[in-house]
Amino acid sequence: MSSTQALLAPSLPSQLINLLAAVMLLIAFAMLAQRRVLTLINLFAVQGLILTASTLLVAWTTSQPHLYWSALITLVLKVLVLPLILHRLIRKLNVKWDVETLIKIPTTMIVGIVLVILSFNLALPISALSGTVARGTLGIAIAIVLLAFLMMITRSKAVPQVIGFLAMENGLFFAATSATYGMPMVVELGIALDVLIGMVILGVFFFQIRERFDSLDIRHLEKLKED
Amino acid sequence: MTTLSGIVLQFFELLLAVLVAPLLTGWVNVCRAWMQNRSAPPVLTPYRVLLKLFTKEPVLAYNASSLFRITPYILFGCMCLAAAIVPTLNINLPINAAADAIALVGVFALARVFMALAAMDIGTAFGTLGARREMMIGFLAEPALLIVLFTSSLISNTTSLSSIVGQMARMDLVIYPSLAFAGVAYTMVSLAENARIPVDNPATHLELTMIHEAMLLEYSGRHLALMEWAASLKLFTYSCMGIALFVPFGISDGDSWAGVLVALTALAFKLALGGSLLALIETMSAKMRIFRAPEFLGTAFILAVLAMLIHLLLETP
Repeated sequence: MSSTQALLAPSLPSQLINLLAAVMLLIAFAMLAQRRVLTLINLFAVQGLILTASTLLVAWTTSQPHLYWSALITLVLKVLVLPLILHRLIRKLNVKWDVETLIKIPTTMIVGIVLVILSFNLALPISALSGTVARGTLGIAIAIVLLAFLMMITRSKAVPQVIGFLAMENGLFFAATSATYGMPMVVELGIALDVLIGMVILGVFFFQIRERFDSLDIRHLEKLKED
Repeated sequence: MTTLSGIVLQFFELLLAVLVAPLLTGWVNVCRAWMQNRSAPPVLTPYRVLLKLFTKEPVLAYNASSLFRITPYILFGCMCLAAAIVPTLNINLPINAAADAIALVGVFALARVFMALAAMDIGTAFGTLGARREMMIGFLAEPALLIVLFTSSLISNTTSLSSIVGQMARMDLVIYPSLAFAGVAYTMVSLAENARIPVDNPATHLELTMIHEAMLLEYSGRHLALMEWAASLKLFTYSCMGIALFVPFGISDGDSWAGVLVALTALAFKLALGGSLLALIETMSAKMRIFRAPEFLGTAFILAVLAMLIHLLLETP
């Protein structure tokens, strides 16, 4: 049976996709453990670069021309434009200091491991249904989404939360590529534009928050009344 | 199957490990000196130190118990056993019927416990300090090491080290992301276990940062020589285990001495390369605060667990 053989000895592109997926998961963990905003942004850019590489690889292996465009959008938006905007933002806001976390970092890592186990379990039946070359990586994609979500929850400052949001989008994109060879072009373009505009609006928001509270700590927003 | 040539090979391998171990330590020191722009000590310095210490008379503290006196021998014995378990040249070692990878970790733990007990035996402040720190590092490093070994065991469906190595050496060249992660985790664990920078500084004396050296402070003469030799042997064993698990190419699986000769050449090359890599890591990183060590080893643990999970997700058909 050819399908069994394909499972036993995966082809080289599929191995490479698996490797890239594993590295993406590793970067998601590194972001979770990172204390500095600057390094966090750089890690986000590297994650985008690896996402681009893996999308290109899937596109080349399965000859899906629209995936090349997705890869291009990822490269321009997530490796170049967004990190540049973020760098500029933190220079203007002058928030290069250490990130404050609500839970201690080792605890966060343990929770992260639990999330990874959960998402791997969750993905197994789904990827069994899918017939794509990168079906095994769906679990990793879900794990990246959940880890980014965890990062948004555990950080109290605004900038890391936004980076968490962007990393979550990376994970979603990766899930789409691995499970169904990407979303329709219209949807992808829409999401890309959304993320970009969202980033610009959030940038304005940062300034407003800081002007109002003299800090970027989101906890200030929880108070509804003035004392 | 235990054959006569197997037993001969086993003893040859053990003898080689015991004799070559100080050379590896010397080589690492030479590389480190080169990279730091210092003039290097002769590569045979560790042998001279051992010779000097063996001819000196050991001095014992007034209140040293017999535990303090037998610990060097136990430690050296443990390290010899560990060196015998790890397949360096040949994978048909008779001892592998008796001891697998988990037993190996147990042997290391036994050595560590005795060393810590002996350090506390005299009752000096430094010994107790070193022993406590060593136990902290050990209890953090051991689970990570075990999970790295479990990952390799899952790939080859056995916990016997020589079977793992045999399967890995015979495998087609397939990219295993899990093995890459496990390799990084293993490197971090070995740095911590062998008292290397960034966790401990092997060249330090009488500083508040020392871990391994603090436990040896009360030893002298042939006792100290055995402790130092055991430390070299531990480094050698860890290096050989890393080589066997992650780059086993060239190891021989028959009884022929020609294969062993090829394996010997490959091992010498790999050890020289590994030693200079270790020196490079030590040169490029700074010694970290002791309270950073849990985070460092926690990262190793997370990497090892990720390696195992990724193996289960991606590499099991």
